[in-house]
Amino acid sequence: MFPTPINKDSHALRAIYILAVLFVLMIWLLPLVAIISTSIRPGSDISSGNYWGVPSRFALVENYGEVFNPARSPMLKYFINSIVITLPSVFFAISISAMAGYSLAIHRFRGRIALYAMFIAGNFIPFQILMIPVRTMFVRMGLFDTVWALILFHTAFQTGFATFFLRNFIVQLPFSLVESARVEGATEVRIFRAIILPLMRPALASLGVLLFTFVWNDFFWALTLVQSDRARPITFGLSALKGQWLISWNLIAAGSIVAAIPSVIVFFLLQKQFISGLTFGAVKE
Amino acid sequence: MEKSSEYKLLRLQYKLAPVYFLGPALIMFGLFVIFPVFRSIWISFHHWDGFGTMTWAGLQNYRRLGSDPRFLTSVKNNVLWLVLMMAAPIVGLTLALFLNQQIKGMRVIKSMFFFPFVINLVVIGLVFSWFYNPDLGLLAEILKWFGIKPIPVLADENLATYGIIVAGLWPQTAYCMILYLTGLSSVDGQVIEAGRIDGASGWGMLRHVVLPQLRPATVIALTVTVIGSLRSFDLIAIMTAGGPWGSSYVLAYQMYNEAIFNFKMGYGAAIAVILFLIMDVFIYFFLRDVIRNEER
Repeated sequence: MFPTPINKDSHALRAIYILAVLFVLMIWLLPLVAIISTSIRPGSDISSGNYWGVPSRFALVENYGEVFNPARSPMLKYFINSIVITLPSVFFAISISAMAGYSLAIHRFRGRIALYAMFIAGNFIPFQILMIPVRTMFVRMGLFDTVWALILFHTAFQTGFATFFLRNFIVQLPFSLVESARVEGATEVRIFRAIILPLMRPALASLGVLLFTFVWNDFFWALTLVQSDRARPITFGLSALKGQWLISWNLIAAGSIVAAIPSVIVFFLLQKQFISGLTFGAVKE
Repeated sequence: MEKSSEYKLLRLQYKLAPVYFLGPALIMFGLFVIFPVFRSIWISFHHWDGFGTMTWAGLQNYRRLGSDPRFLTSVKNNVLWLVLMMAAPIVGLTLALFLNQQIKGMRVIKSMFFFPFVINLVVIGLVFSWFYNPDLGLLAEILKWFGIKPIPVLADENLATYGIIVAGLWPQTAYCMILYLTGLSSVDGQVIEAGRIDGASGWGMLRHVVLPQLRPATVIALTVTVIGSLRSFDLIAIMTAGGPWGSSYVLAYQMYNEAIFNFKMGYGAAIAVILFLIMDVFIYFFLRDVIRNEER
């Protein structure tokens, strides 16, 4: 292991190390700690200049209640929109990518490397070069300013990464499984559904959590393809509320936490899958 | 007879399999990703307000770029982003080395360090705008302890871009750290031991033994950081909207602004094409590696 593991017997050294780690962690997360502490502060603290001291009162329920109260803010609607956009996008992107990944990994047709390269390259494309045509297309289809525009676009765009990811996973599976099934007369659809799909479960889980955070955290496309509250996801909604709440930093803080929390929960629940998905390729095979 | 026709059907479904397996993905990707790229290139040779008819402009949009001070600011800032974001792999590696110890509870601590990457950039932008706020921000508070007057980072045209880049470094460093932690966990212990026997330690060990083994992690860390810095948009939109006086513009933000607010689709598309060409250089190197591995 590198660096040298800290001597297990030296309690003093270990204690110093742990203290140092905790200290660095505290600095690292300081911006987050600040926002959490503000989100539980009453508005009166903010207006009286008590930003960093002990809150005069514990206003967690009050602030978050205000944020989620449909009569006072559209945050709840934004939150629901985000869910309505994210879940189908992830599902559709994974479904069509699993099929495409299977074909690119298993079938030996001409041009498969070119197609594979195309899916990879698509990932790196700057969004701006897609913006005008995609926006115009949705206007013409009558889908501009609806959740459908975002669902369709995210599905299409995430297909690039997802196909790349799943193809690389399927390539590593033992090909003899496919071959022996073919000899037995199984169709490709059957091989895909009965043999490959069950083996892909861990990869699908990794990919699912990654795509969830990618789509949930999108801001640019929400800004370009959507205008009104009926379709705005939470990222765009939050940036709009920033103008409305102006000096109510306690509410902005609470709203930020609400916008951040789903990805954080998904990450914590499926940490192993998330990290293995994100770091695939970082290790020499 | 029956047997052979069944065989023929099997052959046929096998031959056609790539069509129906790849079809849906290709249609979606082609329609919303590949086609728009070419369409944008086409639009960049036109004048267009987004509603009326397009008129041919030849290279006019591109010629205008050279004399547009805002474009030059954007390019300068994009270079700044590219260079300064390189701190992410370096700090990320440092953090990974610092945290690569097997002690109880270390896993939870590592994932806490990873936290910023999971949070969306809108929230990060808000958190940092507020951190920099000269009236109520934490930065002003900290400076006060040292007897320094608050610095309005985001309202200062010489500092705004730096302030936003620091915000961008936060999640990016977390990402690089996790890449390196994964890389370190798979470093060959025997090679390290052999290095120790040969008298390598500290820096020498890191440079000559560990870093070469971390190469795959480094390649990914550099790729995602370069792409991320060229894509920077969200933080700028949230924190400064390009201001003060256009000093924090980058290509991605300028393109958006020209198209959506100034209705100059052709000019906006030309900026997007420039950004795309810059990105292509990096895509090329990345793809070359991938394709070489495939053909081996």
